[in-house]
Amino acid sequence: MNARAELPLHAPNTKTDRGYIGKSEPRPNAKRLLQGRGTYVDDLRFPRLAHVVFFRSPYAHARIKRLDLSKAASQPGVVAVFDGRAVARYCTPWVGVLGHLNGIKSPPQHAIAIERACWQGEAVAAIVAESRTQAEDALQHVEAEWEELPVVTDMEAALAGEPVIHPDLGDNICFSRELVTPGFDDVWKTADLVVEETFEFGRHTGVCLEGRSILADYNVAEHTLTVYHSTQAPHMMQDIFSRHLDIPESNVRVICKDVGGSFGIKVHVYPDEMATAAISVMLRRPVKFVADRLESFLTDIHAREHKATVRLACTKEGDILAFDLDDLTAIGPYSVYPRTSGIEGNQVVNLTGGPYKHQQYRAKLNVVFTNKNVTCQYRAVGHPIAVALTEGIVDLAAQKLGMDPAEFRRRNLIADDAYPYTFPSGIKFEKLSHHQCLDKLLALMDYKGLRAEQAALRKKGVYRGIGLAAMIEVTNPSPAFYGVGGARISAQDGATLRLDPTGMINVLCSVTEQGQGTEGIFAQIAASVLGVTMDRVRLLTGDTGVTPYGGGTWASRGAGIGGEAVLQAGKALRSNILDVAAAILNEDKALLDIVNNEVIDKLTRASKLTLTELGRIAYFRPDTLPMKFQSELTVTRHYTPREYGFVFTNGIQASLVEVDIETGFVKLLKHWCVEDCGTVINPMLVDEQIRGGIVQGIGAALFEECLYSAEGQLMNGSMADYLVPMAGEMPDIVVGHVETPTKTSELGAKGAGEAGTAGAPGAVSNAINDALAPLNARVTAQPFTPERILQALGKA
Amino acid sequence: MDHGIETTIIVNGTATTRRIAPRTHLIDFLREELGLTGSHIGCEHGVCGACTVRVDGRIVRGCLMLAVQANGCKVDTIEGLSDSGELAPLQRAFHEHNALQCGFCTPGMLLAAQDLLHHKPQANREEIRTHLSGNYCRCTGYHAIVDAVEEVLASRRAGAAK
Repeated sequence: MNARAELPLHAPNTKTDRGYIGKSEPRPNAKRLLQGRGTYVDDLRFPRLAHVVFFRSPYAHARIKRLDLSKAASQPGVVAVFDGRAVARYCTPWVGVLGHLNGIKSPPQHAIAIERACWQGEAVAAIVAESRTQAEDALQHVEAEWEELPVVTDMEAALAGEPVIHPDLGDNICFSRELVTPGFDDVWKTADLVVEETFEFGRHTGVCLEGRSILADYNVAEHTLTVYHSTQAPHMMQDIFSRHLDIPESNVRVICKDVGGSFGIKVHVYPDEMATAAISVMLRRPVKFVADRLESFLTDIHAREHKATVRLACTKEGDILAFDLDDLTAIGPYSVYPRTSGIEGNQVVNLTGGPYKHQQYRAKLNVVFTNKNVTCQYRAVGHPIAVALTEGIVDLAAQKLGMDPAEFRRRNLIADDAYPYTFPSGIKFEKLSHHQCLDKLLALMDYKGLRAEQAALRKKGVYRGIGLAAMIEVTNPSPAFYGVGGARISAQDGATLRLDPTGMINVLCSVTEQGQGTEGIFAQIAASVLGVTMDRVRLLTGDTGVTPYGGGTWASRGAGIGGEAVLQAGKALRSNILDVAAAILNEDKALLDIVNNEVIDKLTRASKLTLTELGRIAYFRPDTLPMKFQSELTVTRHYTPREYGFVFTNGIQASLVEVDIETGFVKLLKHWCVEDCGTVINPMLVDEQIRGGIVQGIGAALFEECLYSAEGQLMNGSMADYLVPMAGEMPDIVVGHVETPTKTSELGAKGAGEAGTAGAPGAVSNAINDALAPLNARVTAQPFTPERILQALGKA
Repeated sequence: MDHGIETTIIVNGTATTRRIAPRTHLIDFLREELGLTGSHIGCEHGVCGACTVRVDGRIVRGCLMLAVQANGCKVDTIEGLSDSGELAPLQRAFHEHNALQCGFCTPGMLLAAQDLLHHKPQANREEIRTHLSGNYCRCTGYHAIVDAVEEVLASRRAGAAK
């Protein structure tokens, strides 16, 4: 194979040589994980390592009347005990608001609660001991007296301010937004049909198999803090540790080795993690905190608690005229720092109705505080809600009109030649491919065949359903996402590429690896741009002390932004290598190329010089080169998406289910997804991202919910009680692609990490309702448990 | 702890004797005392399967067994089974199919899959899914894992038929 790609990669169907781009190369870094030789935070061993555990509020809302840590302090192995005031002397509080979310408000939040706890699980004291066992033993000796305060767990009660959780804020409304397009009322009046439905979405969470983990190591002599952190955003955390612990930014180093699942859970500031870093400073020794499973359920961010009414207006011919949305979502007692808990609701407003060509839209959003755990950005942020609302009401409209749901979508999806396009909510699409994706999906799944099979089976009393869900997805975010709101979260990323003396290529990139394959695709890009084989490329990510500055992994940005930085650095390094080759060979640079680890003559294709020999001369015998020549075999390039706020992707999913109307159980028979993430760098990795995302979306649709009592007690904080999808109940998932590369970069890649999660709940929801349609039953509250399905059937 | 019980466990082929507090779980002993950090702790209540190790040939949850209960037993972990080469076909298939992302569940998943190779060599796709249902993976969606195990089973059957 000719290992070098020609740029740009905007013409996917031409015969341009693309090197490793588009090839299903196995990830080189997976080998250590397959042997259990990865390094997660809890695998690290340090001298004088202390272990911190937290005493947490047993109440959803309570004043701390008395907190006596003296008995705990005298237990074997205990190093120190701290309450909120003690930690606050070293760690300043924060407020989770952003300037571009008008009116968003939240109270200051401390690393450890002072005077009052606002959700069950909020940390109110820290116990530090020589071993975790000793710390947990000592925890039993904390004495606390509480005065229970009124609790608000219901969203509507919270909206009504009954009672107000933070009196200083005046009400429980964290953020609200209203939007209406000019002419909405006039167009709405002309509708032949208006359909309306209220959908509810259960709170759920990421359930990373590796709990949140942090090991902070403060060196008092240097006033430096090194933090080993299971995180998605090392530079963001560097900034935050620096500012809240008052340590110069350059003295803080965040190292992110292997991460055992993140999905957005590990991109936020957690009070107990900030406390761990502060305690390392206070004790001048390394301190580790690893959340156990109960703590994970109580304190990892939750997401998606929404109740939304959506209305759709259309003509009798089946043209959608307008969408009308009223969304209410509850976020717990604090807006999470620094990304805020207003983003998910804001995304629902931005994205609802997203695939369709109606011109009128009205939306209302209220984001309210409650006494449950906090919610924030979890994989696909707002998309699963927006897609399920949109696709649910679209299906209902098609049903009322007597139209096939696929045909109804074909009629209303934005045309593939209509771009660039501005959607009524204000978001802009560079280029989408809804119709190509729909056509490909229907062929892939044999839609007509399945409909015929469905009809035949219904006669036999078998209730199968087919559900479609078209979607759009925010990827490659520009500074418009966080930076413009004042958050110190980088929208740009950087890559450093270095040719080593043996001809190896060393790549350092600010985008992190969470198992999605970042390092693998960066190796593919670097190898392809340079003209070397992949075994010559080594990757290093996740270390603020070493890599260029950047945002990390979130919002499906790693491939599109980090990948372009690698590509640009690769181009520059290639040029510099050819300068060195031209100097060594005393030939014209324009006549040289690099292919398969060698400098060759472009015309004759003859080998002129290996990169190993080039490296030897450049580093060890530069005396043999012309007097004024200096080789530059390390280059750094950065990339920031600027032209669009986000580079949107699109796609469509389909679910085939069978509902047992006696038990209410849903059997997933098969799932399909066709999506367009632009240039596909590694089809195998993209497919796996899509499938994993789909299964998380299926979890939300069928199984997962953080159940709270009216008193704010989490009732299912174990893996035995909180259900996540298992291998046995998941279907095979067929993935297809349409490639519309973005022209905003030479790589042309958009994001793929969240599309699966965005569309799956809507597809499953529509499939279940399609199965139930002959029985005049509908379900609208996720997760669709057997109990809820039987209730809809009038059997429970 | 003060009241340790002298316990001898043959870990990855090497007899290891320690005084172990009776309450210490096998997984904590392996990770904390022996530094065998390849087996992971996911839930500590026997559901997720990340701590799966092999005791006298049977896969067990390292978080549900006390270390002292393994006295006199042979315990095999991902480290030992990688070095012996026993897992190599599955590891190769997992790598080629990208049947892992973050890798946290992977050692346990591999041990459960290896158990299937021993006990259900004729397993079909659905039986593979059922057998692996005690091991949670939050990243992959399971499809590639099933593909990888299916491929190894098929190649073993083809090898046995020759």
